[in-house]
Amino acid sequence: MKDLALSALDAVARRGVTYADARLVETREREVTTKNGKAGHVASAESLGIGIRVLAFGCWGFAATDDLTREGIEAAAALALDIARAGTAARKQDVALAPEEKHESVWVSPCRIDPFSVPVDRNLALLLAVDAELRRNPGVNLAETSMHFERRRQVFASTLGSLIDQTRVASGAGFSALSYKEGEIQKRSYPNSFGGQYQLKGYELVDELDLPGHAPRVAEEAVALHSAAQCPEGEFDLVLDSSQLGLQIHESIGHPIELDRVLGSEANYAGMSFLTLDQLHRLRYGSDIVNVECDARLEHGPGLGTFAFDDEGVPAQCTDIIRAGQFTGYMTSRETAAAIGQPRSNGCMRADGWSRLPLIRMTNVSLQPGGQSLDEVFGVDHGIYMETNRSWSIDDKRYHFQFGCEIGWEIRHGKRVRMLKNPSYSGITTEFWNACAAIAGPEHWTLWGVPNCGKGQPEQVMGTGHGASPARFRKIKVGSAYAG
Amino acid sequence: MRVDVEDIYRQVRKAARSRGVEDIEAIIAGSNESLTRFANNAIHQNVAERSTHLSIRPVIGSRTARASTNRLDPAGIDEVVEQAIAITRLTEPDPDLPPLAEEAEYPEGDRHFEETALTTPEERARAVAEAIRVVESAGQTAAGIYSTGESSFVLLNSWGASAWHQETMARFSITAMAADSSGWAKGSACDRGALDPLALAQSASRKAAAARAPRELAPGRYTVILEPAAVLDLAGQMFSDFSATAIRDGRSFLNDRIGKKLFGDNITIHDDVAHPLQSGAFFDGEGVPRKRLTLVERGVVRDIAYSRQSAALAGVEPTGHGFPLPNEYGEAPVNIVIAGGDTTAEQMVATTGHGILVTRLWYIREVDPYEKIFTGMTRDGTFLVEGGRVTAGLRNFRFNQGLIEMLSNVEMLSEPVRAAGEETFDMVVPAMKVREFNFTEVTRF
Repeated sequence: MKDLALSALDAVARRGVTYADARLVETREREVTTKNGKAGHVASAESLGIGIRVLAFGCWGFAATDDLTREGIEAAAALALDIARAGTAARKQDVALAPEEKHESVWVSPCRIDPFSVPVDRNLALLLAVDAELRRNPGVNLAETSMHFERRRQVFASTLGSLIDQTRVASGAGFSALSYKEGEIQKRSYPNSFGGQYQLKGYELVDELDLPGHAPRVAEEAVALHSAAQCPEGEFDLVLDSSQLGLQIHESIGHPIELDRVLGSEANYAGMSFLTLDQLHRLRYGSDIVNVECDARLEHGPGLGTFAFDDEGVPAQCTDIIRAGQFTGYMTSRETAAAIGQPRSNGCMRADGWSRLPLIRMTNVSLQPGGQSLDEVFGVDHGIYMETNRSWSIDDKRYHFQFGCEIGWEIRHGKRVRMLKNPSYSGITTEFWNACAAIAGPEHWTLWGVPNCGKGQPEQVMGTGHGASPARFRKIKVGSAYAG
Repeated sequence: MRVDVEDIYRQVRKAARSRGVEDIEAIIAGSNESLTRFANNAIHQNVAERSTHLSIRPVIGSRTARASTNRLDPAGIDEVVEQAIAITRLTEPDPDLPPLAEEAEYPEGDRHFEETALTTPEERARAVAEAIRVVESAGQTAAGIYSTGESSFVLLNSWGASAWHQETMARFSITAMAADSSGWAKGSACDRGALDPLALAQSASRKAAAARAPRELAPGRYTVILEPAAVLDLAGQMFSDFSATAIRDGRSFLNDRIGKKLFGDNITIHDDVAHPLQSGAFFDGEGVPRKRLTLVERGVVRDIAYSRQSAALAGVEPTGHGFPLPNEYGEAPVNIVIAGGDTTAEQMVATTGHGILVTRLWYIREVDPYEKIFTGMTRDGTFLVEGGRVTAGLRNFRFNQGLIEMLSNVEMLSEPVRAAGEETFDMVVPAMKVREFNFTEVTRF
């Protein structure tokens, strides 16, 4: 693979470019799902191809191909250069890049059990056992389970002389129970909605999740929701579980700190950001106890945003995003770092495969654990606790959000006293984070994987990591999703 | 397609037979796509990608599974067949698994335009530069995309099915941004000659100018005029529920509602792959010809889509809307045509005393799966209508709106057009004037 990547780089570099890089990417995936006692989607996929990115005539060009013959690579190299040249028709200024060192490295993410060494029939046996357990509850209409595994090896070569060979193994698993009764659909999921938990681990993740052990409770809650009270509308102290808080971080901190959004690159699709450049080091993003970092290093944990180098050859780093409530940093690339006068990219450029251009993507954007016990987090006279995301929506500058959760509980005097169905909450990003009153300690902190973050045109789907402990927020607007 | 499909299929059959497997399906899909992206009045991302995939599905007794690759050399083909057979043998049997689809006749339809397929980076760049000039000359900033490409999809199987489709697609989308407002327009067509980037740029720019100094209006229920893209992105959320499998699973809002009057008399919806403004293959993921469905007739839910498996379970004929097997979702209509009326969007505004004109909706997510309540935001051109005319731009709203209610409150419809948005696939839909649309909150811009 290294020879192929280097030959592609040579094919473009000898045509005369300011900068170029080539990423040869080989992926192997397996997906196994079940539905109501039957195998659902059982599939494997392999892909190998190369993406060539050039900076020439002051413009970027990018071409990707899975034709890895000499002719195929030459054609892609020539096309990348043609595309860069065409960009001069609408160029305002030459692209400039923040400096970066040459790096040579081989890196493999830690993986105790190669998921591809576990046969498909064993995957199915476990999932069907979970499925059967869910459907032991007669109120469950639809039991769904899934596992997903991916191994991605990428060889990156650049005209800086970098040659980086990275292999990442990621796994995901989860299940859900859906109950339809008299014109109402309710659903519960474990360990998270939309496919469960995803981490940069091997099959050991599946073992750690203990899927069968949680099936009876999840089925029971899905059915019980039909007879639960409707979540009230009003202002309440709100406690969020760590998975929902992970998505809250993703949407209301992770996306707005993408510097390409701030600078307008995503204006036509994903949108822009309220975090304009004048806000850096000035904006009070959250309360004093809110500390958020963007950390791609392995020591942060096995997140979907963990790697050794990003897709333009910049080493993984940890950047303070919010420190004691103060907004302190963006996620950057070499181009955007240079655009705002920063000396170096903080290494957030990733592409979702060989055929796509790297973009600024969240790595692991995590809320640091707080100092409170779980009892202290729940320590309110009257509040609402929400668990497991059901819907999420936020405006294109990331001010106004609304989230729905699968299940809620009324809190009275620090105790969960009553199940609530259809819970939702909404607010303005900075008001919400400034209302953060308590964050549980590190023993309750989980690094969640969001496997389906969309961005870019053509759209790319990326996995991101978000660590959080359960936390409490003061006087949050609850229930407006069903208002009116 | 740049590969010899027949030769690949011969290799697939040979590899399968050598492993004792006779029943096999191959899907060979290719694409050659290019996209020129611009922001801050300059081209900033400019890409091209070319790929071909081979996907194999054996049927062994009542077992099936799928393996895919883009390695199309003899070794790659042999390996993917071996992998597909290996995982098929390890999967669980499904007594309801249908045999492979048989040979069928497909309607003719040419959706491949050579000029679109051969569009050069220079041609896209020139069109983008002209569009930028329109926006920039109004003192605004442009961002958007111009993409062109071709794709092909071939399904062959050992029972004689031989389904071929190729088409081209061009898309142009533009956002014009002023100091405190923005406007947006987007179009798509199989033939790029049917797209007018300059007109789209002018429209986006006019909207941005008209929306400047936006006022804040209190949330509440308002009469709205939803332009086609807004109708598309909201109404388009419900069509995966018009599925026999979704209904059997209990996840469809049509459970216990088939044959009932759910929407207003003026709502009629078809799934019609042959509609001249539609795109896509004339067969489904199993190789079954797509039939025209009347999903909703004068507000009454009529047809739903059936794959071969769900049709057999229900004792009816498949409709040609199945996804490639194996899958857990079954089927869905994908060529939606919502019948319109004879009112123009301008007439809708002219007949509105107090209301809101909505260009597009954004980040739409389901709040309630049975009542089909969705939340989302307005974006890039939200206007106050007073006394029959647009009088001001408005700050953007959050809505929480039930689709059943919305499609029961439609007062006027325009002629349907091919609409493109960002929240669902392209459809043929009209603009709609809707009473009592539920805006629940307002954002800061």
